[in-house]
Amino acid sequence: MRYSVFSLARAALNGHKSWPQAWRDHALRDRYRVIVVGGGGHGLATAYYLAKNHNITDVLVLERGYIGGGNVGRNTTIIRSNYMLPANEPFYEHSLKLWEGLAQDLNFNMMVSQRGVLNLYHSDSQRDAFARRGNAMRLCGVDAELLDVDGVRKYAPLLDFDNARFPVQGGLLQPRGGTVRHDAVAWGYARAADRLGVHIAQTCEVTGLVIEGGRVAGVETPHGRILADKVGLAVAGNTSLVAQMAGIELPIETHLLTAFVSEGLKPFIDGVVTFGAGHFYLSQSDKGGLVFGGDLDGYNSYSQRGGLAEIDHVLTAGIAMVPAMSRVRMLRHWAGRMDMTMDGSPIICTTPVENLFLNGGWCYGGFKATPASGWCFAHTIAAGEPHPLNRDFTIERFRTGRVIDEKGAGPRPWLQ
Amino acid sequence: MLRIPCPCCGLRDETEFTYNGSAEAPRPTDPEDGAAAAAYVYFRANPRGWHAEYWHHAQGCRRWIKVIRHTVTHEIAASGWPDEDLPMPEAAPNTGKAGR
Ligand SMILES: Cc1cc2nc3c(=O)[nH]c(=O)nc-3n(C[C@H](O)[C@H](O)[C@H](O)COP(=O)(O)OP(=O)(O)OC[C@H]3O[C@@H](n4cnc5c(N)ncnc54)[C@H](O)[C@@H]3O)c2cc1C
Ligand SMILES: [Zn+2]
Repeated sequence: MRYSVFSLARAALNGHKSWPQAWRDHALRDRYRVIVVGGGGHGLATAYYLAKNHNITDVLVLERGYIGGGNVGRNTTIIRSNYMLPANEPFYEHSLKLWEGLAQDLNFNMMVSQRGVLNLYHSDSQRDAFARRGNAMRLCGVDAELLDVDGVRKYAPLLDFDNARFPVQGGLLQPRGGTVRHDAVAWGYARAADRLGVHIAQTCEVTGLVIEGGRVAGVETPHGRILADKVGLAVAGNTSLVAQMAGIELPIETHLLTAFVSEGLKPFIDGVVTFGAGHFYLSQSDKGGLVFGGDLDGYNSYSQRGGLAEIDHVLTAGIAMVPAMSRVRMLRHWAGRMDMTMDGSPIICTTPVENLFLNGGWCYGGFKATPASGWCFAHTIAAGEPHPLNRDFTIERFRTGRVIDEKGAGPRPWLQ
Repeated sequence: MLRIPCPCCGLRDETEFTYNGSAEAPRPTDPEDGAAAAAYVYFRANPRGWHAEYWHHAQGCRRWIKVIRHTVTHEIAASGWPDEDLPMPEAAPNTGKAGR
């Protein structure tokens, strides 16, 4: 059923009992043309674009938990394309362009809200670095504006402008950045992929990869072996462990990131604002809750359980940026496991195992990448070689020295 | 909050330390061997289970230490000086299976 104002009216007449399941359960076949491991945003987008762009509909998505239970439903929902390096910027801009038309394309309202993303600066050198990044963005045809302190005052009046240690001097604004309702992205891609014939199996974990003569032939699951011509991995925080099933070592460490939501408030802040003197980012959800986050916990972990030390750190940074937050009650917080690469940039590539493809290393910026990642990974799987937009996102770059390190943090994934 | 046993200062809060990642692979000795250097710098162990790692007691004795910590439970089994050979506890096979 197409979602529209008419279907809404029709369903309202019978008490909303006529809505069909958004995506169906199927009996698993013994063999598929493509199996995508991981039913997060990236896996589902990949399945959708395999069907839509490449006409490959004989696709199975295997998810060990439930759809929306991974990082796709845990993030702080920020989208933007304010990158500097030539390997990153066109990719993230392609993603932002796809977000702009995604609700129509998927026939699912995911509340894409281009409310702007503003990065504050607090010193001359930070201003120069942001001006450089803004110029790099504009050279790629992407919107970027350097605001002075009065511009910031208009945009976000609640900030502590005259903080003695970190006075706000201005900010770099990307007006087309913003937020997207994250669960709706998982559901929207799942439903759209299902409509095109993709099978989605939840609570079905991949426990092994079937590899014969250097080529992948399928996957092992608790329900038995399922064969496939091609297998794509998109398992985010679990990437190292699943790749290890094929003997592939990766430049990835798994770390924790916590997100926070406050009680609902009246309109408090318009766009997304990030602090320049500490790692902190803030926006407000449509329900009124403040949504915010900060640094990683700082040590390897698969626990999905953030520690109090980092919670304290994030709240301290928040109050330094917006003192009014000290009076706000926090409602809940949770953590996700991040697949942090050694240069902070992702991996979408072919692997040494024939017909096995890898998508991972999204660090904590992978939500905004979801559409372009699915687009490029579907291309990589269908064509057997990368799309021009993901050509540089290889594993090899760590052996050849062509790392893509936006921040210049070096091989310290907990600082990316 | 992790409580980390520093071999010099005793049990101290995580906030006194900075982390420096995996202590599992030894630093390669041949300075000409680029592949070994890349493996050491970039391709580190990322186990779901026991992990040997370096911490710096920045706000204590300012010495580097080695810690054996579990990456799911965060339990710490042992700590010592960086050149010490600390025993790894019995590990369940690293299957990447569910269980959060
Ligand atoms: C707190 C937090 C805040 C964030 N904020 C932002 C943000 O504001 N903006 C942004 O761009 N990004 C953000 N991110 C990052 C972003 O959420 C992730 O990079 C992205 O969601 C990862 O891709 P995914 O959606 O495919 O991951 P997931 O949803 O985690 O999907 C991977 C799936 O693979 C499944 N899986 C794992 N192993 C197996 C197996 N063996 N067999 C079958 N299935 C398996 C998992 O169960 C999981 O569902 C944030 C992340 C967190 C945790
Ligand atoms: Zn000490």
